[in-house]
Amino acid sequence: MEVERTRNLFATGMGIIAVGIIIGVLASLLQKLGNPGNMGICVACFDRDITGAVGMHRAEVVQYLRPEILGFVLGSLAAALLFGEFKPRGGSAPLARFVLGMTAMIGALVFLGCPWRTLLRLAGGDGNALFGLAGLAVGVWGGTLFFKQGYSLGRSSKQSAGTGLLMPLLIAGLLVLRFMFAPVEGQAQSGVLFYSLKGPGAAYAPVALSLGIGLLVGFLAQRSRFCTMGALRDLILFRQWHLFSGFLALLAAAWLTNLVVGQFHPGFEKQPVAHTHALWNFAGMLVAGLSFALAGGCPGRQLFMSGEGDADAGVFVLGMITGAAFAHNFGLASSPAGIGPHGIAAVVVSLFFCLVIGLSNIERARA
Amino acid sequence: MSDIVDARGLSCPQPVLLAMSKMKEKTSGEIEVIIDNEVSRENVSRAARSQGWEILDTQRKGDDYHLILKR
Repeated sequence: MEVERTRNLFATGMGIIAVGIIIGVLASLLQKLGNPGNMGICVACFDRDITGAVGMHRAEVVQYLRPEILGFVLGSLAAALLFGEFKPRGGSAPLARFVLGMTAMIGALVFLGCPWRTLLRLAGGDGNALFGLAGLAVGVWGGTLFFKQGYSLGRSSKQSAGTGLLMPLLIAGLLVLRFMFAPVEGQAQSGVLFYSLKGPGAAYAPVALSLGIGLLVGFLAQRSRFCTMGALRDLILFRQWHLFSGFLALLAAAWLTNLVVGQFHPGFEKQPVAHTHALWNFAGMLVAGLSFALAGGCPGRQLFMSGEGDADAGVFVLGMITGAAFAHNFGLASSPAGIGPHGIAAVVVSLFFCLVIGLSNIERARA
Repeated sequence: MSDIVDARGLSCPQPVLLAMSKMKEKTSGEIEVIIDNEVSRENVSRAARSQGWEILDTQRKGDDYHLILKR
């Protein structure tokens, strides 16, 4: 028993708390270094920015190929290879996972943040995030009800090394593009990549720092299995505090760092990249939370798993990218001005798809 | 009734759910849980300990782990 505990220190109680603290501090510092307000790291927002950078949506204020996201996948790949945990696998309801990726992203963009950013917004004093956090918790709770009824997307099976490496290779390709076509002062395009000249997409930390922190977080999160959705799920389903302690550590560390560097501004109005519609902050995150729960991981965790060779997680990530494209092309995403023109419809339709997937995958007779 | 839980290929939280339901069903004795990744091994072990079961043995067989739980 002791042997297995010392084998992976990061998966211990102290390990997950340490990783939460590291992520919280680094995310807060990334804001200081140039990332958008209360958005040191936001997996949903940054996936969305990448979607814009490659021109899959043309919302001019949110286009940047975020190196943090690329680092997450490659850092996780490195950890998985180093510790013998790179396991190519896939084939567990890929289309359902793709659609859940879309609904997760659409819900997150109605709120304006993933679970990580929910915590970072709270840590920055944004009271609106309380409604997002409540929605997230209710959505994850809804997901646990499905699991209690026997919900399962089925077993994955072993895949070829090439299949397991596809996501990391795609990510490496994007990284090459980022260096080939670096941003040019005052230009909205550099080679094939689009860049924002104003708005959150124009706010970013130096590329080497963003990438380095992304790699470190990817490495640590792979070792510790850090997952914000799992934190809530395990607490609700098993009364288990393990992952939740990392969740709280991230919140506390980001809050304290914000206090130190002067980034804590409590209130509801005029919060960075946020709106004040309580109901839609709640409902957007409810849809996202349910989607993450049904797919088995928060968007960060899906990136880390895709780095470990999990092709199903890779499909979820590509679903998120597609969801981001629809969210901005169809006016589903919110902005600081309020919810998008079709944001309410998007929440309803996304919830419908989650329920179809949830209800149709309940297996009564299981092993 | 089988005392083997085969959770290979299943993702979080299903291996833990399956193992927990077997632990509730049996209340004592031995249970073998088969999983195919390190994360599930950690999660099932943690859940078993929290339910007062001990991990009698962890065997690696090819790509799989066979966890023997005892109470």
